[in-house]
Formats: sequence, structure tokens, C-alpha cells
Amino acid sequence: MEPVRIPPFETFYAEHKDPVFAHLRRLLGSSAEDAFQETFLRALRAYPELRHGRHLRAWVFTIATRVAIDETRRTRPRGELPEVAVEDGLPPHAELGPLTDELPPKERAAVVLRYGFDLPYDEIAAALGSSEAAARQAASSGVRRLRERSQES
Amino acid sequence: MTNVSPQLDTRFRAAAAEEGLLDVAYDVVESPLGELFVGVSDRGLCVISYEADPDLQVERLARGFGSRVLRSPRPIDPARRQLDEYFAGKRKRFDLDVDLRLARDFGRAVLDELGRVPFGEVTTYGALAAKAGKPKAARAVGTIMNRNPVPIVLPCHRVVGANGSLVGYAGGLERKQTLLRLEGALLA
Repeated sequence: MEPVRIPPFETFYAEHKDPVFAHLRRLLGSSAEDAFQETFLRALRAYPELRHGRHLRAWVFTIATRVAIDETRRTRPRGELPEVAVEDGLPPHAELGPLTDELPPKERAAVVLRYGFDLPYDEIAAALGSSEAAARQAASSGVRRLRERSQES
Repeated sequence: MTNVSPQLDTRFRAAAAEEGLLDVAYDVVESPLGELFVGVSDRGLCVISYEADPDLQVERLARGFGSRVLRSPRPIDPARRQLDEYFAGKRKRFDLDVDLRLARDFGRAVLDELGRVPFGEVTTYGALAAKAGKPKAARAVGTIMNRNPVPIVLPCHRVVGANGSLVGYAGGLERKQTLLRLEGALLA
């Protein structure tokens, strides 16, 4: 396949900043602003390591999701009742982040958004910039991969 | 969808530069010659262009200096201030680091010599060629002037034809005239 060129960061940022912010607002509510800055600073740090410009949307959503998980851990001490988290729109399965480290970005984002944050597939599809069917597909092949991996180890 | 507020956008752009994560920071600077596109790398000023359309410039910079190109005003401030002073007639020399990493060999030598042509004076393409070590390369010097990455700061407007004609300028002859007049190097 022809490698897709990596756009200048300005172009990448302009294209994804609003959807990423909306995504963080859904996950974190009012603390989304700090998470937004952290997401794009992490993206900026990792940008020179990118090999091609494919799946940048899924890539940055994965970073944002990861930042949201970190943010939740930081602000919510262990042992707090999960109901509190649910009230805030934060499901208690946010620990999925580290488990899915090894998955390809799109699958990882789909798995974390579906099972970690309980988003419906149409929203996951919107977040990833793909069809609902593709989002389902990515989540299920991610789960399959995790299952295979856990059997290997 | 909730959009990113201008404040949050500004905050991120400032933080990106503050943390030293950018290959090039740029901004558009107002001047009497129109809008200037100005970019700064970690080594110094790397672009001034009369073509202020950011999309084009951003693509070019990403190819030359690295993909992390972002509009961020703070790093441009020293250049902006010195340009303002120059246009206000309060500055005759720029005190800015310049990043000429994309210029090689003869082109580099010519740009280095160009930097030594003082305010209010003019030189010729041939004289500059000779100073850079190739007396017969006046035409090549013309091309190098045309591609000068940082006009105004490296004063290619001070280079004219042997017969005193203005010859050409990447920003248009009118701008060349304006600059020379500002410096008192043109009587009319």
C-alpha cells in the first residue's frame, strides 16, 4: 500500500481538535480542558515517531482516551464507590487502558471506548471517523486478539 | 459538538512552544508591506515570506524543517518587535539568529555576504558574487536572492543591477522601492 504522508502538525491539529475536545467532554465533563492540552502535547511528543499518516484520528483518540483514564485515576482515589463514577458518566472499567497497550490503535480505541467507557457503536464510529460496522469489527477483533494473547501467556 | 474555545486553543499553542516541542513556530505579522509570514525554528528565524497564505508555507516548512509546524505567536515576538522598529525607522540592524540550514555551499556563502550589506547602502549582483568567491556568478546570485528565505532581515532589497536598475524582487519591485526609500537609499 502507498504510504500516506504525515501532515504538518498544524493541519493535523486543525482537523482533529474539535472532535477530540467533544470526546473528552463526553468522558470527563468539565475537566476536559486540561486533558485536551495534555492529549495534544502527547501527540506532539510522539509525532516524529509516526511512520505514516493512516488512522491519525484513531491514534489521537486513543491518546485522548488514555489521558482521560489517567485523569480519572488521578482525581478518583482508590476505594471510592463506583456509583459515584457512574453518576459522573465515568464507568468503573477505566482500567482497560494498560491491558490494551499492545493492540493496533483503531482496535484499542474501539475496545476502550466500548468496554471501558460504554459508548454505543454509533458514537465510537463517529469518534474513529469510520462506519458503525467498522467500529464493531474493530472492537470484536480487538477482543479476539486480547483473548488469544491471554491464552498464550 | 462542543468546539475548542479560543482561550484553550491559545493555551495549547503557547504550551507547545514553551515545552520546546515544535520544529517551527510561525505567525502572521502585520507590516507596511502587507502581511508577512514569519517562522522561527530552535536555531532562529527560518522564514519571512510575503506569501502569507499559511497552508502553502506550512507544507513547505514541514518538508524542510520537520512535521511539527504550529502557529504559536510567542516565539515570533522578538522578530515581530524588531521588524516593527525597522519599519518605524528606529532600527538599522537586526539582532536575530537566522537558521540557514537549507542553504548550501555557494548559496550559503552569498547569503552570509548579503547579511553584511549595511542599512542604507546598495550593492550589485556581480559585487556580491565576487565577495562570495565567484565573480562571474551574478546570474546565480539573482536566483539566490529570489529564494532568500528571510528577506528584509537578510537585505536582498539592497542588491541592484550594475547600471543601478532595481532588476527584480521576490515580493515585487514596489516593495523593493519602498524598502530602499525607507532606508534613504532611493532619492525619488
